Amino acid sequence: MTKFSLLDHESVPKHEIIAEGELKSVLSKFLIDKEQLPKIKVQDPVSKEIGAAVGDVVKITRKSQTAGEADYYRLVIE
Amino acid sequence: MSISEATIDSMIKDLPFPSSTLNALREDVLKAGVSKKEMEEIIEKAMEEYEVSCIEPCDAAGVVAAQSIGEPGTQMTMRTFHYAGVAEINVTLGLPRLIEIVDARKIPSTPMMTIALSKNDPEDYAYHREKTRALAWEIEATKIDHIADVTTDLSQMKLIIDLHEKAMEGRNITIDQVKDKFNEELNVLVNISPDIDNQIVITPGEPSYRELLQLAKSIHNVTLKGIEGIKRVVVRKEGEEYTLYTEGSALRDVLQFEGVDRARTSTNNINEIYEVLGVEAARNAIIKEATDTLREQGLTVDIRHIMLVADIMTCDGEVKQIGRHGISGEKASVFARAAFEVTVNHLLDAGMRGDVDKLEGVTENIIVGQPIRMGTGDVHLVSRKTGRVEPEEIKTEEE
Repeated sequence: MTKFSLLDHESVPKHEIIAEGELKSVLSKFLIDKEQLPKIKVQDPVSKEIGAAVGDVVKITRKSQTAGEADYYRLVIE
Repeated sequence: MSISEATIDSMIKDLPFPSSTLNALREDVLKAGVSKKEMEEIIEKAMEEYEVSCIEPCDAAGVVAAQSIGEPGTQMTMRTFHYAGVAEINVTLGLPRLIEIVDARKIPSTPMMTIALSKNDPEDYAYHREKTRALAWEIEATKIDHIADVTTDLSQMKLIIDLHEKAMEGRNITIDQVKDKFNEELNVLVNISPDIDNQIVITPGEPSYRELLQLAKSIHNVTLKGIEGIKRVVVRKEGEEYTLYTEGSALRDVLQFEGVDRARTSTNNINEIYEVLGVEAARNAIIKEATDTLREQGLTVDIRHIMLVADIMTCDGEVKQIGRHGISGEKASVFARAAFEVTVNHLLDAGMRGDVDKLEGVTENIIVGQPIRMGTGDVHLVSRKTGRVEPEEIKTEEE
């Protein structure tokens, strides 16, 4: 049986850890601090899958019924 | 003279539209064939339309969402049980289900799974009735009542279990498996009867009536085969494909089975989705379950309102309920919390701790009688003095 990746599940959108530079441009776009982003837990199954550490910011590319595709950001927390 | 595809692409590339709008615009323009001047005009009009349909800054999005879901909610049936189109499986619908979703209950009152089957080749599970049936028996929890009659022999101080051969065959379980399972689970003496076919005799650890009666009860709870908590599995054919529906939910266990399509299998238990697939999948599940519940009742609520609710419920990385122990109970303001529920306790606790309320939210400002910081109330006007205005001048104007 092949290994199953959670990210292949139809209701799990694409998650990726973003680099420092991209994070800066995101934060300056919304005029916020990193701590004001929505959160994702480090024990979250998907956090574990992509190997995110506390303090990383995860970019989530959601399939949206209204916008087609929407970017969302979550800060990894304890 | 219409412009080329590449020109159109470069013209719409930098527009601030969401991708669905961009694609629709691109397709329509390509189909119609427009000149450069027309294209510019279209873009201008589209931008205008887009700005009109965007939410205004400082608009009370949450209140609008609450009312937009609440009003149709008054028309929902109070208590409905329905067979939801799925063969014989009972699911909670209507208002009770909606409340269950926003309350983020750990276990819904009628948990249910939809198990999609793998369909990699034409001989795979999804197209194969026998394979599907066999898998269904593997998943469904088999208890002793399904395959046998149990009699309590008080004179001999033992339980006699007469297994039905046909039922065992159907569920693909053998007498030895039953015996081993009881041995493992109950810590009692289990024997296969030497004289009579398909009979198991169980003798309690110590010969007392209490023990015997207790044992007679507890053997009904032993899961001999399958997944604990899956009470029933129904096989349905949809189009070309077989799908399993289960009463009871155990997503993590089911995903381990061979033949289950792990990418498309789902449950209506949102908490389980959160634990197995993560917070983003849980958010999607909240949206799906809430829209399905509303749609089934014939109510249309714009999905944006439900998306807002789902976002708020999942914004801290876990699924929080809308209520005392969730969103409303965690507000920063003392007044806002006191206005919601258990007023006296909140005020008392805040007083003892010496909490400070900065009056930044809506509720607390209404309580103290100030303009709220929404809409025009959130805008502060600062004027730059250009020249000195004589007090006398103002006076005369007023008069």
